[in-house]
Amino acid sequence: MARMKFVCDAERCIECNGCVTACKNEHEVPWGVNRRRVVTLNDGIPGEKSISVACMHCSDAPCMAVCPVNCFYRTDEGVVLHDKDVCIGCGYCSYACPFGAPQFPSSGTFGVRGKMDKCTFCAGGPEANGSQAEFEKYGRNRLAEGKLPACAEQCSTKALLAGDGDVVADIFRNRVVQRGKGAEVWGWGTAYGSKQAGQPPVGAKS
Amino acid sequence: MMRHILLISAMVLLSACGDKPQSMGGVKSDVAPYQGVDNKFAAPGWKAGDKTSWEQALKARTQNTQNEYTRTATK
Repeated sequence: MARMKFVCDAERCIECNGCVTACKNEHEVPWGVNRRRVVTLNDGIPGEKSISVACMHCSDAPCMAVCPVNCFYRTDEGVVLHDKDVCIGCGYCSYACPFGAPQFPSSGTFGVRGKMDKCTFCAGGPEANGSQAEFEKYGRNRLAEGKLPACAEQCSTKALLAGDGDVVADIFRNRVVQRGKGAEVWGWGTAYGSKQAGQPPVGAKS
Repeated sequence: MMRHILLISAMVLLSACGDKPQSMGGVKSDVAPYQGVDNKFAAPGWKAGDKTSWEQALKARTQNTQNEYTRTATK
């Protein structure tokens, strides 16, 4: 399997915020924390585009590079996760992330900032799969349930795709061919590197 | 006798110079998702612990839930 990736099709996103709601509901994310949000470019101007943004689980994640306590890790599926028992809530990852993914609850152990929270690709964290401890810290582990991220699965226009990078890239490619436009994949160059966009990592079976 | 006292005193005094290791415990190991979950929410169609069946189930789910072209005549 290639690594897990998100694709947001700006031609299809209608800014309904269903992905945001699904994420908050699925993981019972507290007030003030949005693991996913919808951003509209050129809002109000004809031709405006909306995109759903969350952690893209970058190939060379800047958050991992700057974390002073090394709380991040990458799973075999390419999902970037972190250990909240190690996180000190310093916020470096927030400055490093090009997508604004790291979130900080307003109430937590460390003053007003708390430990970092972000999209987990619905893959939980370093607790037993499907356990109550995992749910309370990281949310549901849908991947271990044989499911895909809730945001993408419930997207009404299928603008947001999530899953095996090869499969979602193939779905998106077919769409572009059918409609003849909208080939730009927002964020892929930044997250996965323009030269390797859509390519599986070396040694991965596809 | 004096030598022993000096030696013990030195050991006691120098023990304060010792530095406790400050290494982090590190990230706890995570279990691979294909190992499955022990709850009633697991999707059917794959076997927990079987990586290949998990991958195939996810790929099929991706096509079934996110690719509407598979449900239309236009491919």
